Amino acid sequence: MIGRIEFDIAHALSASVLLLSFALLYQRRVSGVIEAFALQAVAVAAAAAWQAFTQDAPHLYITALIALLFKAMVIPIALSRIVRKLGMHKTIETVLGVNLALLAGVGLVALSILLVFPATSVAAVLTRENLALALSIVLLGLLMMITRRNAVTQVIGFMSLENGLVLAAVGVKGMPLVVEMSIAFSVLIAFLVFGMFIFRIRERFDTLDLQYLEAFRGDHQSERS
Amino acid sequence: MTGAIVAIVLQLAQLGLVLVLAPAATGLVRLVKARLLGRRGPPLVQPYRDLAKLLRKEAVMADNASWVYRVTPYIVFALLWLAAALVPTFTTRLPFSPAADLIALVALLGSARFLQALAGMDVGTSFGGIGSSREMMIATLAEPAVLMVIFTISLFIHSTSIPSIAEFVLGSEVGIRVSFLLALISLTMVAIAETGRIPIDNPATHLELTMVHEAMVLEYSGRHLALIEAAGMLRLLFYLSLIAGIFVPWGLAESGAGPAIAIGVAAYVAKTVGGSILLGVFEVSIAKMRVFRVAEFLGGALLLGLLGAIFLYVSTGT
Amino acid sequence: MLTAILVATAALVVLGPIGVARGRAAANLVHFGSIAATSVVLGHAVWFLFDGTPTTLTLPFGLPWLAAHFRIDALSAWFLSVISLVGLTAAIYGFGYIRHVDEPGRVLPFFPLFLAAMNLVLIADDAFTFLLSWECMSLASWFLVVANHRQPDNARAALVYLVMAVIGTSCLLLAFGIMAGFEGAYSFADMRAAPVTGRLGGLAVALVVIGAGSKAGLVPLHAWLPLAHPAAPSHISALMSGVMTKVAIYGLVRVMFDLAGDLGWGWGAVLLVLGGASAVLGILYALMQNDLKVLLAYSTVENVGIIVIGLGLALVFKANGLVGLAALAQVAALLHVLNHALFKSLLFFGSGCVLSATGERDMERLGGLIHRMPRTAFLFLVGSAAISALPPFNGFASEWLTFQAILNAPVLPQWVLKFGVPVVGALLALAAALAAACFVRAFGITFLGRPRSDAAAQAAEVEPAMWGAMAVLAACCLVLGVLPTAAIVPLNAVVRDLLGSPFPALSSGVAVHDFLFLAPLEPGRSSYSGLLVLAVVALVTWVVARCAHRLASPQVRRGPPWDCGFPDPQPATQYTASSFAQPIRRVYGTLIFRARERVDMPEPGDSRPARFAVHLIDPAWEAFYAPIERGVAAATARANVLQFLTIRRYLSPVFAALIALLCIVVLAK
Repeated sequence: MIGRIEFDIAHALSASVLLLSFALLYQRRVSGVIEAFALQAVAVAAAAAWQAFTQDAPHLYITALIALLFKAMVIPIALSRIVRKLGMHKTIETVLGVNLALLAGVGLVALSILLVFPATSVAAVLTRENLALALSIVLLGLLMMITRRNAVTQVIGFMSLENGLVLAAVGVKGMPLVVEMSIAFSVLIAFLVFGMFIFRIRERFDTLDLQYLEAFRGDHQSERS
Repeated sequence: MTGAIVAIVLQLAQLGLVLVLAPAATGLVRLVKARLLGRRGPPLVQPYRDLAKLLRKEAVMADNASWVYRVTPYIVFALLWLAAALVPTFTTRLPFSPAADLIALVALLGSARFLQALAGMDVGTSFGGIGSSREMMIATLAEPAVLMVIFTISLFIHSTSIPSIAEFVLGSEVGIRVSFLLALISLTMVAIAETGRIPIDNPATHLELTMVHEAMVLEYSGRHLALIEAAGMLRLLFYLSLIAGIFVPWGLAESGAGPAIAIGVAAYVAKTVGGSILLGVFEVSIAKMRVFRVAEFLGGALLLGLLGAIFLYVSTGT
Repeated sequence: MLTAILVATAALVVLGPIGVARGRAAANLVHFGSIAATSVVLGHAVWFLFDGTPTTLTLPFGLPWLAAHFRIDALSAWFLSVISLVGLTAAIYGFGYIRHVDEPGRVLPFFPLFLAAMNLVLIADDAFTFLLSWECMSLASWFLVVANHRQPDNARAALVYLVMAVIGTSCLLLAFGIMAGFEGAYSFADMRAAPVTGRLGGLAVALVVIGAGSKAGLVPLHAWLPLAHPAAPSHISALMSGVMTKVAIYGLVRVMFDLAGDLGWGWGAVLLVLGGASAVLGILYALMQNDLKVLLAYSTVENVGIIVIGLGLALVFKANGLVGLAALAQVAALLHVLNHALFKSLLFFGSGCVLSATGERDMERLGGLIHRMPRTAFLFLVGSAAISALPPFNGFASEWLTFQAILNAPVLPQWVLKFGVPVVGALLALAAALAAACFVRAFGITFLGRPRSDAAAQAAEVEPAMWGAMAVLAACCLVLGVLPTAAIVPLNAVVRDLLGSPFPALSSGVAVHDFLFLAPLEPGRSSYSGLLVLAVVALVTWVVARCAHRLASPQVRRGPPWDCGFPDPQPATQYTASSFAQPIRRVYGTLIFRARERVDMPEPGDSRPARFAVHLIDPAWEAFYAPIERGVAAATARANVLQFLTIRRYLSPVFAALIALLCIVVLAK
């Protein structure tokens, strides 16, 4: 069994990842969202490194490194370049008010704790908490994707969702590296796809607000005419 | 018997200490802000001089001001002085502490706010109304957040009496408690809002449409204004000592012995200085926000309070 | 004791017809009689609380096979004292106020009848007597609502009230029918002995929550309340808001804690949700109102919500076997019953004073009354501070106890409650802060500032009987805020009856320390002392005032207001009730009420006035009341046909009903 202080630090790191998820929901500016996401990636990397240290599992250091390199540096830098290039420093259009989104977020956290705790009462305490936190981060990422209209923030929502998955994976002892690698690469690919997507939308419609796209979907044809 | 006398002496000493220290804390915040902005800034004694100057001047009142306007400064000052004197600053052995626990203290501040808002509306000017209306709106946002902080603390310590909270924190092992950290941030955000600091309100302006507290007390002058200003300084010190007493109680004297008291006073002064400097740095590094963004700011405080309580459930795992 | 209370109630019933007579003498007789009768009831009820054993009495009234049962126990005695205390002050107030009522003949007969009916509900010990008294209470208050029938709004209010009262009573009728079972055990003693369990029992409790909850004004069944309560004359509004809602709470407590046996924690959770929603929505509605009496009526919804939160907590703790905490929560709820009765009546009396002095209820046309009506203003201020839960007044004592009960929620085993109760706590804190904002607005706009109309500028102080009654209530508010234990000691008997456990701090007798400090669980854990707070604040204020006058410059000069150098003498430049509420409307209202502001600003050079309109939608009205209203309108249009039938056609539905009932009897056997 791990000691008290190890537990506290692991707990604090996971909690800061969750808090940064909330920070993502709270931010209104695209640049702010990107910064918060980079911070979250750093926190995930730290959490993975700490798990590698306490579990004595060196392969987790690689996970931490991937998170640090790609998610905390490459992707945010690339994204802010795109943002700057396209000149969209404006406030993000939200579907739900910020306060409502935050409250919904707290509700989701409570929900995931309610879900995980009774289901895994025999599991080790730390795993159980990590699982609850990871599930909330995943749900918050989804929430962000549905409450934001901007394509860039949707990409970030997706990637913060993936941060939750990584957090869940590193918390469980003996998770093979392959799984994490595949997750990491799938996200990278997703990022590339989204990046292409963003450029194409921009080229065509001069905006990244996805609301404008909805008018071009097939099922809306009748409404337009 | 001697124990009781010592306790009462300590209580009176605390009454005196907060009154003496309150203007200095405000002065220090102003000084830090000025230095960071590249100005020399007023000396630390300037708030004392200002209060003395105001007390010497005659009070000018509007023709239609009623008794509500006249009694408010005295009662508000008394309420805040009492509140600041009930928080353990240098010792936990205060005989009056059982008179008001954390919830009652917050409510005492609520009473002061209620009267001040009424006094703002008494003369019937537009500025007074705008200040009162916004002050009450901010209070409605702050109060649920405070309750969540209290809930988090009481979930852990099973008490809402501040001396016993401080003693519990003093007696427990040092550890990183996420929920306490969240509660601390949440309480700090509330304190910033309630004391009318940047980014919620600007304590330095009189002529700006976004002002809140200064608009409410715009009509006051002379000794009335001195008391209102002193009450505002006491409010700042109250929140500084509250945060220090709950989250960093180290140094508090748990007995009435002389050396312990001396350490307690020194630690308290150090904490107040540290808190004031931090507040000054924070105020300089942030911009004033629009009034309706306050809802998001304090909504964030409520959220942190809620998360703090949830985390405590998670980490105790019961 | 029970006999004395019954006799006093009978005297009230007799006083009713006297009120029909015209002239001052009849009015005086009604009010003196009511004062005497309520004093007798109050004295006996309080006596019972300190030293009494439950007594029953059977009178040969009512149905042939069912005599009328009456019983007094600690719970009824508590509510009887609340009602008689407020009834007493209302009668005193009535002396002065009745002179300002247009048609006193429409008010006087029903005032004592209303009081009598409420007394009877509280001492009824069988379903039939209970329902009969309940219906009498509804009808008496209905007649009082239509007393002022010449105003078009009041007719609609009366209609909605009547419909809701009928729906509520029929729910209770069904509920008691279920609880009595097929054997027809209509006396409460039989129900208590053999509570109906299972799904049928749950249905009965649900019906009681709907029936009593609609009378008490719980969201979403509240919408009739702010229409009906303000329509009555002000001292009747005080009785309806301050006391009749409490009779409904009594019904709720009687069934859920006494007659229905052990309910699960789920019902507690239902009460917590309803209470939390009522507390926040009620006060938010109140903040949006410009009519002083409507504002007070909406604030009743909030306070009923606070009481129901306390009851829900008590039920939740009781279901988990934590009787000590249940006792704490229930004491908090029942103490708030008394406190709300006191300050809400005080405030309605105050609004009656304003109404009789100025003829205005609209705050936008009031202002500056503190100079013209200093006594009313001071007493109204005391009521406002008490209802805003500010120490050292009584509202804070009961809300503080409720918070203490909420802070103990983590010991509950259910996860939903562990998370849910703190959220309810946050809602309660929000409601308290909104209440403070609401009453700063109510007092500030009505009494402070400059008069906004000639009527407000010409107002004069009211008769001594009116402010005297208010002074009694204000004194009670302060005394109970400073010494809440004085009310908790008698309440101890109530919770020991209902929960089998005393208030935790009083489990080993009452000591002087308990009067000084309110420490519900253990000393040193959480405590509050209104007496100390009041004493120290008063002392410090006095010392500071003396010092300031001695040492500082004591001079005062009067001049025009400063207002940043641009004082405008027109009263229209002041903040209005609508503008005061604007920040809160913007933060909370856009979501809940779909509040929309429309500003019509003319172009420069255009001479037409600018216009500003706020549009609010009450979601509860849309969802629940509008369909009922439409349904009733359609049904009455349909039923109108019945007026023009032949005798044969009249008889056939009666015959059909008879046959149907007989069939049911056959099938049941």
